[in-house]
Amino acid sequence: MLVTHMRLGAFSAALALLAASSSGALAQKKYDTGASDTEIKIGNIMPYSGPASAYGVIGKTEEAYFKKINAEGGINGRKINFVSYDDAYSPPKTVEQARKLVESDEVLIVFNPLGTPPNTAIQKYMNSKKVPQLFVATGATKWNDPKDFPWTMGWQPNYQSETQIYAKYILKHKPDAKIGILYQNDDYGKDYLKGFKDGLGAKAASMIVVEESYEVSQPTIDSHIVKLKSSGADVFMNITTPKFAAQAIKKNAEIGWKPLHFLNNVSASIGSVIKPAGYEASQDIISSAYLKDPTDKQWEKDAGMIAWNQFLDKYYPEANRADASVMYAYTVAQGLVHVLKACGDDLTRANIMKQAASIKDLELGGLLPGVKVNTSATDFAPISQVQLMKFKGETWELFGEILTGDVGG
Amino acid sequence: MSAAEEVVTEAPAIEAVPKRAMTLGLGTSLVVLAALAIAPLFVKNFIIFQMTMLLIYALAVLALNILTGGSGQFSLGQSAFYAVGAYTSAILMEHFGMNYALTLPIAGVICFAFGFVFGQPALRLSGVYLALATFALAVAMPQLLKLGFFEHWTGGVQGLVVTKPDAPFGLPMSQDMWLYYFTLVIAIGIYIASINLLRSRSGRAFMAIRDNEIAASAMGVDVALYKTLAFGVSAGITGVAGGLGAIAVQFVAPDGYTITLAISLFLGMVVGGVGWLPGSIVGSAFIIFVPNIAEGISKGLSGAVFGVLLFLVIFLVPHGARQVAMVAQQMLGKLKKN
Amino acid sequence: MELFTNQVLAGIATGAIYACMALAVVMIFQAIDHLNFAQGEMAMFSTFISWQLMQWGLPYWWAFLATLIISFVGGIAIERLLFKPLAKAPILTNVAGFIALFAIVNSVAGLIWDFTIKQYPSPFGSSPFLGSQLISTHQAGMIGVTILLLIALYLFFQFTRIGLAMRAAASLPESARLVGINTSWMIALGWGMASAIGAIAGILIAPVVFLEPNMMGGVLIYGFAAAVLGGLSSPLGAVIGGFLVGIFENLAGTYIPGVGNELKLPIALALIITVLVVKPAGLLGRPIVKRV
Repeated sequence: MLVTHMRLGAFSAALALLAASSSGALAQKKYDTGASDTEIKIGNIMPYSGPASAYGVIGKTEEAYFKKINAEGGINGRKINFVSYDDAYSPPKTVEQARKLVESDEVLIVFNPLGTPPNTAIQKYMNSKKVPQLFVATGATKWNDPKDFPWTMGWQPNYQSETQIYAKYILKHKPDAKIGILYQNDDYGKDYLKGFKDGLGAKAASMIVVEESYEVSQPTIDSHIVKLKSSGADVFMNITTPKFAAQAIKKNAEIGWKPLHFLNNVSASIGSVIKPAGYEASQDIISSAYLKDPTDKQWEKDAGMIAWNQFLDKYYPEANRADASVMYAYTVAQGLVHVLKACGDDLTRANIMKQAASIKDLELGGLLPGVKVNTSATDFAPISQVQLMKFKGETWELFGEILTGDVGG
Repeated sequence: MSAAEEVVTEAPAIEAVPKRAMTLGLGTSLVVLAALAIAPLFVKNFIIFQMTMLLIYALAVLALNILTGGSGQFSLGQSAFYAVGAYTSAILMEHFGMNYALTLPIAGVICFAFGFVFGQPALRLSGVYLALATFALAVAMPQLLKLGFFEHWTGGVQGLVVTKPDAPFGLPMSQDMWLYYFTLVIAIGIYIASINLLRSRSGRAFMAIRDNEIAASAMGVDVALYKTLAFGVSAGITGVAGGLGAIAVQFVAPDGYTITLAISLFLGMVVGGVGWLPGSIVGSAFIIFVPNIAEGISKGLSGAVFGVLLFLVIFLVPHGARQVAMVAQQMLGKLKKN
Repeated sequence: MELFTNQVLAGIATGAIYACMALAVVMIFQAIDHLNFAQGEMAMFSTFISWQLMQWGLPYWWAFLATLIISFVGGIAIERLLFKPLAKAPILTNVAGFIALFAIVNSVAGLIWDFTIKQYPSPFGSSPFLGSQLISTHQAGMIGVTILLLIALYLFFQFTRIGLAMRAAASLPESARLVGINTSWMIALGWGMASAIGAIAGILIAPVVFLEPNMMGGVLIYGFAAAVLGGLSSPLGAVIGGFLVGIFENLAGTYIPGVGNELKLPIALALIITVLVVKPAGLLGRPIVKRV
């Protein structure tokens, strides 16, 4: 594993060199639809309305960030024109909006569209049109598939690799565990679940004593927790979104169930999950992260965090800083700006994909120290490193090494 | 609680629409048809796609209109029939390699059967109770589609990607344009058939039930049969629309067929005018374009803007597009007299 | 057996949530003879108002009282401004109005208070109730408040002039007008009371499910189901319906092998529909006889 990873690293470094030299040689300006001497048109699709409207804040933060970039002179003198549409998290609407962006607004790329079903709905279309579907906002594993979908690229660590890391931790530190799982019954929950079972391997069947799923439409998950407790499980794999995660943590404390509690990264925010659920009830929960948690006091004096706060003060003052999506959006927007800068004057769609696939050890202010963005022609999973952490007092304590858990698509 | 049973002379929930008022005049129909036939030649593929979706949702609204406007039964569960139609087409195309055009009648028949069966228990329910039963169906459908048991065929939570058909016989037109005309022909066919259905013996039976169920049964109308039949027909048409939707969108997933879709279709019917079949396309335009307008006005408040626009429409024309058409007709009549 | 009692107890605890909401549903049904789809959102908005008041430093009970008054007035205002003009419009148009109201309230709440969850305090605390870890003092308190509310509503509708007038106005508007009842204001009053009861429901539910703009979406489905199961004309039926749905759902999820867990809600709904097919007016509802 280590060897192949190093080889890939060397390969991507070579590719980056090649890209750098070739873009230097072709200094003349080249544009595809959506780019010009003055403007780069970026499309985006977000659920501003409907059941997933909580994520709309991602689009708003990105818009604010591009405003900042434009105010500071743009990218190589070009202003970003950010066109963001609402799909209400409904795949048919996503198709309509993606086509509107590509055919009517004529954007250069579609950046960071949110959700696994919406992205799946447009993936084939985007690839047949050869328009980049760049840094999609979902942790599904299937976005890392450059062979079949060379115009689609993921961004964050994928769900499966995260739960594999927990599984390996359990195998090592608690091999006789009796595991209870609670997961959300949708693509996100099932992906996490699969990673977890794969990570446990042959022992999955004997170790997992109970699996419970819930629907987002359920008001509470209390009865699932009751059932998990009565199963006698001593390890709890908690694959839930923020509201349900907070409910689970609180209910655990109320009914006095104290398993070794693994919480997925989706709900690891102190401000929007742990604090509402209660610090006392959250002690010793294990999770993992790749982003800094803005509500965690340990980053108060961190340079990246200070820059983030300054950006929000000036361009998005009404943002809720406890919302993990704000940090996420800031980081991915920085990633895009990095790629666009690297493109220089060659703003063709092909070059954007090429540059996006040639990121080498990029460090961004919002990422944990040591977590770096890396891509190559065969690795379309930009961030694949996370670090484990345990909740102590009022803050997450990072422990262990930076872990890599690439799962192929 | 009081022991005495309440006796109510209840006004029918759906007002009586005479059957002639349910359609458009021949002249107007031809103008609309000509506009629908010619428009795609002048617009971008993306607009053609939107127009295809317009026709598809119009079919689904029409189906609801037959059920509610025709037979007086209220449904918030149309998304379930739409989903079954969409999945039927998608599964037949992707797993069995069937031609897309052949999947549609199958989707229609399966949905007809589904609607007919669902209509049986629904027979005993009316008003809010029927609303809840159909609502329950709409809520349950995405969960059924996700069920591990069917995952092999449905693709579970991941959904199924569908291949878009090319124009046949080497016709020189884009996939979008072909699909548009294909949809248009089906939509016209179903529209004409629906009008004829409502004018037929069955249609009169539907309307008799809508206006007064007890009187209808006293006159010898088989209430149970016709009520379930209305459910079946409505579900069948919705299923065809769903199948077309799956082909046009090239993707089916549980998230596409939630209760939101059922509510949208319901709004489409109200905006178009309950019981007025041509209004279906107006209602469909409302549910496709008004969210886009709302979003254009404000991203953060798109939901609120949509709500305000909806209120405006129902304040101005509580009877929907039908009211506009009727006013226009009266004004035309006056002009002619002068 | 222990699992069974546990699930029943947990079902009663969640059932209390549904029962609370179902009461508000019945209240509006008594007033307008229809279901209000925006009711959950109105309750959510009221809860946010009380939360905001507490953030501004008001003590719990003052915030509670202020919210009740604001909600009551707000409910009346909504009826006067938005639904009175629709009084002559078809019922289905009114339903579209409820959906529009739903969209507006949800979206405005999202803009003002955003979508991150907020902790909401409970006046009853959350320690185990009578030694049982399955029902917390908050949930016990919630059941208590629901029952108190139920008794108050029963007395109101059975024994006060206004209560009787409201019932008359909802079920026989024409006759009610003839005997001198101002039916239009009775409807507005109904909206006000439903909104205030919704506020109580929201304030009781929020400590369990956490406060956020979408918190009532699921609750309302169950509230409707509970109210319909119990009989829309009967507050007692609604409360019983709420507890039954809570227990139903848990037992289905626990004991039906294979699909039970994944299909808890559909199974619960199917059961309710079955009950309705047998007893179309709900468990305690009065059958309505139509005159031709």
